[in-house]
Amino acid sequence: MIQGIPIQCFLIVSTIMFFIGICGFIIRHNLITILMSVELILNSVNINFLVFNKYLFPHQLQGHFFAMIVVAIAASEAAVAIALFINMYRKFNNIEVENINEMKY
Amino acid sequence: MELNQIMFFLLAGLILIFSLLTITSRMILRAAIYLLIVLVATSGLYFMLNFEFIAAIQLTLYAGGIVVLIIFSILLTSHISHKFEQPAVANAFAGILTGILGCGVALWSIMKFPFTPTTQPPLEVNMKQIGMHLLNTGNYGYALPFEVISVLLLAAMIAAIVIAKKGN
Repeated sequence: MIQGIPIQCFLIVSTIMFFIGICGFIIRHNLITILMSVELILNSVNINFLVFNKYLFPHQLQGHFFAMIVVAIAASEAAVAIALFINMYRKFNNIEVENINEMKY
Repeated sequence: MELNQIMFFLLAGLILIFSLLTITSRMILRAAIYLLIVLVATSGLYFMLNFEFIAAIQLTLYAGGIVVLIIFSILLTSHISHKFEQPAVANAFAGILTGILGCGVALWSIMKFPFTPTTQPPLEVNMKQIGMHLLNTGNYGYALPFEVISVLLLAAMIAAIVIAKKGN
């Protein structure tokens, strides 16, 4: 563990970041900004995994592997989501959530 | 106040301020840059925990890869000078209420929970250890998730090409 910083400090930071991400997910209207909120959520969960690994179970490496899997899933999710956004932009000419109300022609 | 505490509060402040700016900024490119600052500050936190490998992954994959992908898609789909409308009052109210209530419940349970660390000797984290665990099929081995992730990445790559190609 790190000298002078209890585990709660890290957990508070990651919790607030997680709920900022959820708040942005609800408030925003543009699909790319919603994707950014999802990235914030995934990132805060990553902080949690690594801090638990460091403070509570320093004899194992579980947190590392979970964090790596989360990063890989975030990357593939971003790639597929952005492909979808570009496809939507071709069909609807914008990517605001209100204007996209049909899924199939 | 020691130096590592000052460093931690600096990084935590950067993360919180810029993640708030990410979801409130009305210019979309600025929101992406604020997200980049959040991700770089997070990798600073990983360096503080002495997890250099994960910090490097965070810098190269998140800050290098995903943010560049997001900025490219912004340039393809939006006008840079376009400013977003303010969110509707009901929407903003619902979002902020959800955030504050959820945050309160989660922080309350974090503060109440007694965290007890194990007494076993800590493992030294280096590249060799991570690689040995990642490709090990025995106890504490992660060969199966590693292979599954590689299949997932291939599927995502093919899906992205198929979805985004013209005239489908």
